[in-house]
This record gives sequence, C-alpha cells and structure tokens, in this order.
Amino acid sequence: MWTSSDLPPIPFLPLSKELEARIDSIPTRLSEFGYDEFGYSPAVLKKMAPLAEWFYRNYFRVETFGIEQLPEGPYLLIGNHSGQFPLDGMFVGTALILDANPPRMVRAMVERWAFGMPLIGEFFSRVGQIVGTPENCRRLLGQGEVVMVFPEGAVGISKPYKNRYKLTEFGLGFMRLALENRVPIVPFGVVGAEEMYPAFTNAVPLAKLLKTPSFPITPTLPWLGPLGLIPLPTRIRIYFGAAMRFEGDPDDDDGIIGQKVLKVKEAIAAMLARGVKEREAVFW
Amino acid sequence: MQEKTPKVIGVKKKARAAVVVTGISGRLGKLLAKRLHRTERVIGIDRRPFEDRPRDIEHHRIDIRRKRCEEIFRHNPVKAVVHLNILHDPRKDAHEHHTFNILGTTRTLEYAARHGVKKVVVLSSANIYGPSPENSAFLTEDAPILGSQHFSEIRDLIEVDMLANSFSWKHPEIETVILRTVHIVGHVRNAASNYLRLRRIPVVFGFDPMVQLIHEEDVVDAMVCALRPGVRGVFNIAGPETTPLSVIIRTLGKETIPFPPPLADSIVRFMWRWKLTSFPPPELHHLRFSCNVDDARAREVLKFAPRYGLKETLEHLRSTEK
Repeated sequence: MWTSSDLPPIPFLPLSKELEARIDSIPTRLSEFGYDEFGYSPAVLKKMAPLAEWFYRNYFRVETFGIEQLPEGPYLLIGNHSGQFPLDGMFVGTALILDANPPRMVRAMVERWAFGMPLIGEFFSRVGQIVGTPENCRRLLGQGEVVMVFPEGAVGISKPYKNRYKLTEFGLGFMRLALENRVPIVPFGVVGAEEMYPAFTNAVPLAKLLKTPSFPITPTLPWLGPLGLIPLPTRIRIYFGAAMRFEGDPDDDDGIIGQKVLKVKEAIAAMLARGVKEREAVFW
Repeated sequence: MQEKTPKVIGVKKKARAAVVVTGISGRLGKLLAKRLHRTERVIGIDRRPFEDRPRDIEHHRIDIRRKRCEEIFRHNPVKAVVHLNILHDPRKDAHEHHTFNILGTTRTLEYAARHGVKKVVVLSSANIYGPSPENSAFLTEDAPILGSQHFSEIRDLIEVDMLANSFSWKHPEIETVILRTVHIVGHVRNAASNYLRLRRIPVVFGFDPMVQLIHEEDVVDAMVCALRPGVRGVFNIAGPETTPLSVIIRTLGKETIPFPPPLADSIVRFMWRWKLTSFPPPELHHLRFSCNVDDARAREVLKFAPRYGLKETLEHLRSTEK
C-alpha cells in the first residue's frame, strides 16, 4: 500500500447517497483507468469526501452566501487566503460540491512546494488539485473547469493573527489568465478561517530549516505537537460575489493589470468587511 | 552477406536517393529500417552488426565518429538522415559517452549539410525537460530544458538536442525534425523498459507520479511522419493516456516494493556504486515527479497520433520479458 487509491474508507463516516450522486454528476474526462490527465480520481475523492463533509457541516458549520449566483462554464475563483493551513481551499471546494447547483469540481492552483512532499502531493493530485502553473490553469479553463487561485499565496495564508482580514499583496497572474482565456472572475471571501489557528508569528528561520513555506507559532503549535494541529472550531462563512468580467490585453503592463486586480481585491475586501461586521461571534 | 564493410562504399551515383539511418542496429533502428525498406532505399550506419538484416538494406559497420562515414554521403544521393545513434548508458565511460554523442551528431549533421540532404530527423527525449514537482502537467516544446539539474549524465542528450536545434536555424534549406519522445517501452533496453520488466518493482513511498509511455512501434510511426516532406521543427511525442505509475504497475500485474523517500536515495546510490543495479540514482526523480509532455503540436503538424493504447503497450512490454 503506497498510494491514496489504496486507502480504506474513513471509519464511521459512510459516503452518503446524496454526496455520491453529486460527485457522479460532475462531468469528468477520465481514462479507462479512472483518472483524468492531471491525476484526479473521483474514486479517491469519494473516499475522502465524507471527512470533508463532516468538517464542513459539523465542525466548522460552514455557511455560504451568494452561491446561487455562480456562473456556468469555466471561471476563476479568486479569494483571500488565510488560516495557516489551506483548509479554506477545502471549504470552498466542498461548498461547490455540496451546496452549489449543479455541483462543480474546483481545481485549486496549489503551492508548488506541496508537490515535492511525499503523500501530500500525491493526495492533492488525486483529489483534483493542480500544480500552480499558468499552463495547467490554461489547460483546465480550456476544458471548461473551475480554477481557484489565492493570489496572496503563501504570504497571505501565513500572516499573523494581528493582521487578520487585511489582504496582503495580490499576484497579477490570475488577471492575465482571465483576460487571455476570456473567463469571468468570481471573487469570494472566507470569514472565520483567520481565527482557526491564531498565529503570533511566522517563525521564518524554522521554516527555512524545515524547508516549509512557513512555520506558524500559535498557542498550541508547536507546543502540543501533532495535537496542536487541531484547528479551533470557528464558524466559517463564505461569501461569493457576482462574476466580474474584464476586457483587455493580457500582456499589458503590470500597472494596467494591477488596476484590474485592485477591483477584484476591493470586491473581496468588501465581502470580508461585511462578513466580519455581520457575524455576532467567531465560534457560532 | 557478411558484415564486413566493402572497401569502396557504394559507387552507383545514379542510384535511388537513400534514407540513411544511423544507429540502425539498435532496436528502434531495426524497426524503422524494416518499415522503410520496401518503399525506400535504406542505408544503415552503425558500429554494431545488423543481425537478420533484410537483403535490400545496405549496412556499413563504421563508428559514426569516423571520417570514413562521409564516403557514404559522397557516393550515394541521400535525401534524408534519421539520426538514432545516440547513446544513453550512464554506466559507460563519460568520455566515450560524450564524444560518441556529440561528435557523432556533429559529424552526421555536417555531412547532411554538405551533401544536399533535404531532411534530418533526430530522436531526442522528453527526459531532457527533467522530472520536477514544479512541472506543469504537460510541458510544451518551449518548456525549459532542466533535465540535467539533478542528473548531469544526460547533459550530452541535451546537447544533442541543442545541436540539432541550432542546425535547423543555420540550415533553413534542410528540414530538421527533432522528436522528443516520452519513455519508450518494448524490446528496447532503456531505463523505463528495464524498470518495468523487474519482477517486483521498487517505488518511492508517498509518490505516485503521472507517467507517459509510448510503444516502440508508435515511435517508428512518428519517425515516418517526420520524414514526410514539408514537416520541420521540434515535436513532443507522447503515447496513450497519461496514467499514475501505480496503475501501470498494477496493469502489468506486478507487486511493488515501496521505499521510504530518504532511504530510497541512499539504497540506490549504494547499489549503484557496487554495481548491483543499473538504475542511476538521479532517475529516482522519475518515480517521484512528473515529466510529461503536451503533444498537441505533433498531432496537429506532424499528424502523428499513437496507435497503441496503454493496455496494448503494456502487454507488448510484458511479452519482452524472459
């Protein structure tokens, strides 16, 4: 046993008929062996999905807003990255399977580092996630897929608690891809993930030593060892904005692309501000 | 016919324009020769003997590096050269390896330019892109050639590719085609085929890269497509569907031996040093990361599409086991 295809089903969490039907209803391009060309395997996803569903429904009690206005066809999902570990990606991916109609598969552009790691890289690719390169994104958009990008990248996800809900600098690549492939951008904001692992700081020397993108120091990490990895059960709220369409030359100067990116960033910031204001508490 | 080279190499000036295949005695060379010889005049150059050679194929047992090879071009009208005489055996002495590949390729290209050859086909490899966790799922022909970052032994394969590339710019009158093929499997003795022929297949725990294989006959098809007049440029040549390594091993009906990642490197390095394995340690990256290509250009321009599915390709590979 050396691959996630060999994993046994999650104990006590059977795959519900509904969840299975939802995953089955998503169009795929599988080979006769059951994998798509990026290595996505619906069979592995079905094994892991009940766990994601449990966390989504019972642990983080995710609430979505505006999910009914998601467009059809290919588009880019652009949102804030937070929470030290990329659980926000999992929330949005699970939301589009469980709560969107029709259900969609989200292909996230993952930090390249992850694909060099044993188990992690293989797992990500089996559940449909991709190495974050422009070519991969182009290819998937061309196939009509939903591609998710966190333009803040590793800097955004590893920011300390005191900077919560302050967006860090956005990369420009996603806007060029949207212009080039003429696909709409759907902004989203995740509220609640900032408080899952409240980090005092990012221990950069330790991260360098371990060759990880970051090393968060929280009240529990690394003091409690693996137990410290358990996130606080905050309530997660995901706000989906209306699709934004941009026109222009994908090879424009950074300045011109940056102005367009700023519009997306403002849309996300507005949703975050609304979410933080509207919620009555962090945990419920 | 004896394998001895005649003193004077083909004097029939008016003979039919020939296709010269260097490295004809290799597995691919033989397959190509057998495919071409009914319709084309085929001349082979290889220092190795060509066993069970069809009678109408001329074969010259000369080391490709020797000046005497030029005689073949002087005395025969040659319309195309297929350059397969590229050595990749990391066990071989580095000097021998390097001069054979670089000198051999340089000479072959030189003769082609000097003697009015219209077409040059060079068999390169998709491995020159190099496996990496940062690779796009499908690399195009423009992807950076990073294969030697961990594996300096393939530097001369990269150089061969580059030689052919610059040749194609220097000689616009000659149609140069460079084929970068994914792992070729079949009777060929290369790392991929040897690896998949093992009884129990070692893998690196926690990794299951997407892999592309191609049937040796499909590679011959690609070369035949490349010989068509009007085609030129660099082409990635891929086989059937891209599949996880684990699926390939399972389809072959074999068991795996998973090695934990840091241990795998040291074990293979140790075995390599004591000549217990023919598997070069840096090639372990192929068991971890992907190095797959986008063959859209070959499908569109070369009109090449593989004929063999993955199951057939693997069945063929199994049939080559003893």
